[in-house]
Amino acid sequence: MTSRKSTGTSATRWLGVVVLLMLTLLALCGLVFSAEDVVQGSTVRLMYIHVPSIWVAYIAFVITALCSATYLSSKSRSLVWDRVAGASGEIGVIFVALSLVTGSLWGRITWGTYWVWDARLTSTAFLFITYIGYLAVRRLGGTHRQRARRSGVLALLAVIEIPLVHFSVKMWRSLHQDASVANTNAKVELDGLMLFSLFLGVVSFTLLYAWLVLHRQRVLFLEDAVADRGLDAAILSRRDEAQV
Amino acid sequence: MSTNFRLRRQITVAVARKDLLIEWNSRILVNQVAPFAAIVMVMFAFALDNDGILQQVAPGLVWLATLFSMLVVIQRTFAVESADGALDALRVAGVDPGALFVGKALALMVQLFALETLLVATAVVLYGVEMSIAGLGMAFVTVIVATIGLSFVGTLYGGLAAGARGRETLLPLLLLPVVAPVLIGATRATEAAFGSGGASISEGWPWIGLLAVFAVLFGVVGAVAFGPLIDE
Repeated sequence: MTSRKSTGTSATRWLGVVVLLMLTLLALCGLVFSAEDVVQGSTVRLMYIHVPSIWVAYIAFVITALCSATYLSSKSRSLVWDRVAGASGEIGVIFVALSLVTGSLWGRITWGTYWVWDARLTSTAFLFITYIGYLAVRRLGGTHRQRARRSGVLALLAVIEIPLVHFSVKMWRSLHQDASVANTNAKVELDGLMLFSLFLGVVSFTLLYAWLVLHRQRVLFLEDAVADRGLDAAILSRRDEAQV
Repeated sequence: MSTNFRLRRQITVAVARKDLLIEWNSRILVNQVAPFAAIVMVMFAFALDNDGILQQVAPGLVWLATLFSMLVVIQRTFAVESADGALDALRVAGVDPGALFVGKALALMVQLFALETLLVATAVVLYGVEMSIAGLGMAFVTVIVATIGLSFVGTLYGGLAAGARGRETLLPLLLLPVVAPVLIGATRATEAAFGSGGASISEGWPWIGLLAVFAVLFGVVGAVAFGPLIDE
């Protein structure tokens, strides 16, 4: 990379402008133009952030798994795959957290409680914790390749364990059908502008995810480069010491 | 290929035997982990004041105590390897990682089985659980199948979190979410075995099925993934 002051390129700048415009439009549609729900009132507006957030999180974790698989199976073992996987994982965690928080707020108003132990929420909380573990493993230290291999294997293990946990939790909750206030399977009737806003949210958040990953993986490249240069500099100075 | 299999089986048995011998000589499980597990059971009684509640939640408490104790046992089992770089030496010697994995998992299985038997007995004594013969049978099957799954997954993630500074603390964070299906399945099956909350024995079988799926899945995946994970 040349001596730029930021990780932006003309591509990401264009993308950034588009994302900003779409998010502004989403905010307008979601907060101003679209109608309130008959039952939920204004709290339905949280959905325009909540649903796109979890959607992006799923995409992010799938990309993490795919990039990890590519890294591990390729002959060249290019670290680009590892950096994209890592960046995607970080952003996925942020968006899961966002969806859990917005969902909690929505639940507090609608159901009167911040949390219920139903299958979907429990699985989502589990997803969150699992990828926090993934991020922790990425920070274990060691060489770039060690990091890439460890977190790559972990990401692939997550692909297996997450459906398994989801299935177990569903099995668990289906046998413990308490009469709960919260009916998380209720389908919300959407039409017209509400449905459009939801789709707009999904698309704009996906583009936002792409913009974030592009920048973040560039920053990760720079971090790795700094670490390498630091190592080279240390080796050179040790050598200089020896020669004097 | 049959010599290959025989060699792998020899490695597996040798590794398992080594681990169990080390354990037998050091008596860590008997002297430290088992009392820890028993203390945990006692602390649950302090925390959950009422007698009636204890009997109801006894299955869950048994498996919680198992999981917490298991963390200690796994860390021990890999600390033994990382001292003097034994694990690296095994890899450099060309030992098949799959066989190494199964060997360590077998040793862990034996230790965990002993621990869980103790914990179930403690629950019967301390929490006033009453089991029929059929219940005892179901409890036995549950313990076996759950232990196999826990051993496979524990050995796999233990390999990741083994030894080096700053990594042992990672094991609980990584492992506890993964064993959630075992906790769910084993607790529900044990509820059926103990008859807690009026559960009947037959309700336990689907959960044993879940435990079996978990065990098979992580047995296969672990044997494949263990090699790359310990190749540092």
